[in-house]
Amino acid sequence: MTGTVPLNAYLILSAALFAIGVIGVLIRRNALIIFMAIELMLNAVNLSFVAFSRFLASMDGQIIVFFVMAVAAAEVALGLAIIIALYRNKESVNVDEINLLRG
Amino acid sequence: MIWLIPIIPLVGSLVVGLMGRRMRRSVVAIIACGSALLALLLSLDAFTRLLSLPPEGRLLRQSIGPWIASGDFSVAFGFLLDPLSAIMALVVSGVGFLIHVYSIGYMAEDRDYNRFFSLLNLFLAEMLVLVLADNYLLLFVGWEGVGLCSYLLIGFWFERPAAASAGTKAFLVNRIGDAAVVVGLIWMVFAFGSLDFQIVFTRAPAAFLHGSVAATVLSLLLFAGATGKSAQLPLYVWLPDAMEGPTPVSALIHAATMVTAGVYLIARSAPLFHLAPVSLEIVAWVGGLTAFYAASIALVQTDIKRVIAYSTISQLGYMFLGLGVGAYAAGIFHLMTHAFFKALLFLAAGSVIHSLAGEQDVRKMGGLRTSLRVTAGSFLIGALANAGIVPFAGFWSKDEILFAAYASGHRVLWVLGVLTAAGTGFYMFRLYFLAFEGKSRLDPHVTGHLHEAPWSMRLPLVLLALGAATVGFVGVPPESGPFHRFLDSVFPVSAHEGGPTAPASGVGLAVASLAMALVGIAIAFRYCLQDPRRAEALAARYPTLYRTLLHKYWVDELYEHGVVRPIVSVARSLSASFDARVVDGSVNGIAALAGRAGGLLRRLQTGHVPAYVLSILVGVVVLLGYLAFLG
Amino acid sequence: MEWLVFAPLAAMALATALLVVILRNPIYCALSLVGTFFALSGLYLLLQAQFIAVVQVIVYAGAIMVLFLFVIMLLDVGHEPPPWLRRDAPRLALGIGLVALLLLELAVAIGSKVSHGVRGSYTSELVNAVGNTQLIGRLLFTDFVIPFEITSVILLIAIVGVMVLARR
Repeated sequence: MTGTVPLNAYLILSAALFAIGVIGVLIRRNALIIFMAIELMLNAVNLSFVAFSRFLASMDGQIIVFFVMAVAAAEVALGLAIIIALYRNKESVNVDEINLLRG
Repeated sequence: MIWLIPIIPLVGSLVVGLMGRRMRRSVVAIIACGSALLALLLSLDAFTRLLSLPPEGRLLRQSIGPWIASGDFSVAFGFLLDPLSAIMALVVSGVGFLIHVYSIGYMAEDRDYNRFFSLLNLFLAEMLVLVLADNYLLLFVGWEGVGLCSYLLIGFWFERPAAASAGTKAFLVNRIGDAAVVVGLIWMVFAFGSLDFQIVFTRAPAAFLHGSVAATVLSLLLFAGATGKSAQLPLYVWLPDAMEGPTPVSALIHAATMVTAGVYLIARSAPLFHLAPVSLEIVAWVGGLTAFYAASIALVQTDIKRVIAYSTISQLGYMFLGLGVGAYAAGIFHLMTHAFFKALLFLAAGSVIHSLAGEQDVRKMGGLRTSLRVTAGSFLIGALANAGIVPFAGFWSKDEILFAAYASGHRVLWVLGVLTAAGTGFYMFRLYFLAFEGKSRLDPHVTGHLHEAPWSMRLPLVLLALGAATVGFVGVPPESGPFHRFLDSVFPVSAHEGGPTAPASGVGLAVASLAMALVGIAIAFRYCLQDPRRAEALAARYPTLYRTLLHKYWVDELYEHGVVRPIVSVARSLSASFDARVVDGSVNGIAALAGRAGGLLRRLQTGHVPAYVLSILVGVVVLLGYLAFLG
Repeated sequence: MEWLVFAPLAAMALATALLVVILRNPIYCALSLVGTFFALSGLYLLLQAQFIAVVQVIVYAGAIMVLFLFVIMLLDVGHEPPPWLRRDAPRLALGIGLVALLLLELAVAIGSKVSHGVRGSYTSELVNAVGNTQLIGRLLFTDFVIPFEITSVILLIAIVGVMVLARR
């Protein structure tokens, strides 16, 4: 195949990655793996941003991705700290068992 | 400053009621009696101002502000001073003030002293609002207000079941009449567009034909209310029971003032009644029959206050009789004289009860004249006035009514009135003789307690006795004395249907009724003083008649079984079925529904994060679907 | 020509992403995710976002995943049963169905629309002439300096938060 890859290809790839991430959040019971799926979703969106940035000849997309990565790093640090604290209290990271907010 | 007349006692009532507990009794008494005195002085001042005006222009109005303003219909807080309301205000505040002073001594040992005076002042304020109002709605405010005060004061000693139920009975029976008045007021709004007296009376002849059914029904609605408030047949049953209240209450409310509100209402509405001769007939007949009926019951009662209560009902009947035959001024005249001597009688009876430590049965009294000289003397004057003996006040007013009845062709009513006069003489002097003369039948432990009343109670007695003796002279000569000329501007028509009768026959009629009264007194003398056993023998010879009278024609029992019990049972069954199941059921049902809905919704909160993600996903899918497929 | 690079990278990204979601062992999942990041980095290069591509590897694969691996090994969580053996399989089926629907909708939305975005001024020639990194740097310190500073504050907050949470 020749020619440039169109924008839609990147977007569909991004949508597919996002969908996989959502499935991961729904299916898995291990909190860490759910977290990883969330990171996957974030990355899918990053891909969209960069694709648009290229195809619209604008730098804004890449700048945003820069910030997303920074915030994602902070979020992962804090999220993992919470999971560790949770593990200390309950000896488990199974989300089925973390239901103290149950009504 | 007409508006001050009712406002000052109202303020006094509030002050004494709210702060009386922290005041000394003397201060409470000064404030309460002081406001009554101020009301009296202001009424006197208003009266003299009215006198200074020419007879046609004796009308003062003052409004202190709008009350209801709704489209074309408006009612104001307005006061009206004309001869009729001036006389009423004077009577109310004058007798009211004397009774306030009397109460200082009578209620001296009661622990709810300040509540009593607060209520007494409140009553005075409401009654003054009633008589000084310039529109039917404000009058009705006073009307309801005195009914409320009557309830509160009859049941003043509310820990006594008899007093509490008597108060309730009074209020409920009054309510029946009040309902009729309300219907009448509403009709008036529709018919006349206003409740202001002057506007109503100007528009009435145009709106209602003379003698029409509409006019008759409207006036009868007002009269129904008067029947309740002034204790006529068939709504009189509350008044004898109202004797459960303290004696000053009986004197003020149930003799001199509140019960006269009905008479005032009819007199004030004279232009309306003038359009409905049938109503006037009914008024006259109800009044006459009530007078006779009540007097018959009074013949055999043994409680001193009950006898005086039935006498009140009887005399009120006379007033309505006078109004009904068109002698409005005569009716008001009798209202005024009656206020004096009936209040006097009640206060004297109160003095007796006070000194006998609560005894009210005349069979256990006797020979009190020696110990209670002032009381006995005042009671005697009151009895003479009540029986209509010349020259005391009752004679002039009662005979004028009887004359008007005869002259307007109501011969039967005249006969009833004369027979009632005989009965009045009898029962009044039966009371006097049994209580004050003869041998003492007192309980031994009471004799030590026996003492004349303190000066605070004796002074009103003396003043009222003076009034009862002399106030009749303002109506002399009959129908043309200063009193009647004063009221001429208020009552445009003194309808004397029937032929004119010469003054001479008037004297003849007066002599006839006087003679009947004297006969009654003589019978009382023989049967109650000279030879008491004669009375018992008479009672034994007509046992059914005696027992019927003693049991007040069994009317209370009739009402109890015929009216009260059915209504109560209907209410109970409604309460159990509709109230408990439907009303409570729906309210509880809504609460249960909310609870169950909450229980269902609670299950959404699983605490399981992936489930939350699922719900978010559902929302996202829906939104995106809309944008993708339909957007 | 580009397709030759795009297709394998896209396939690798999808495959590793699926592995993340399917594999039982958390370590394997983490390693798959690293693979996904590398594939994405390649795609960024293809899109001529060199800076982002490098930062992706450094930050995500190099720092974040290392952190993940540390925590996985620290907590020593066991395996979990496969989805079709779990009790709430119906709910999972519903979830997967919804995701499929989501994907469908996204595809429809993407496919049916023509992108109308406003063309900016940073064409590929300009970016390549100035240099991607240089350009990003310049923009970060001029137009986007405030978000830049706020981001540093966010990182500070994260540090403080982690220290608080990690204390016993």
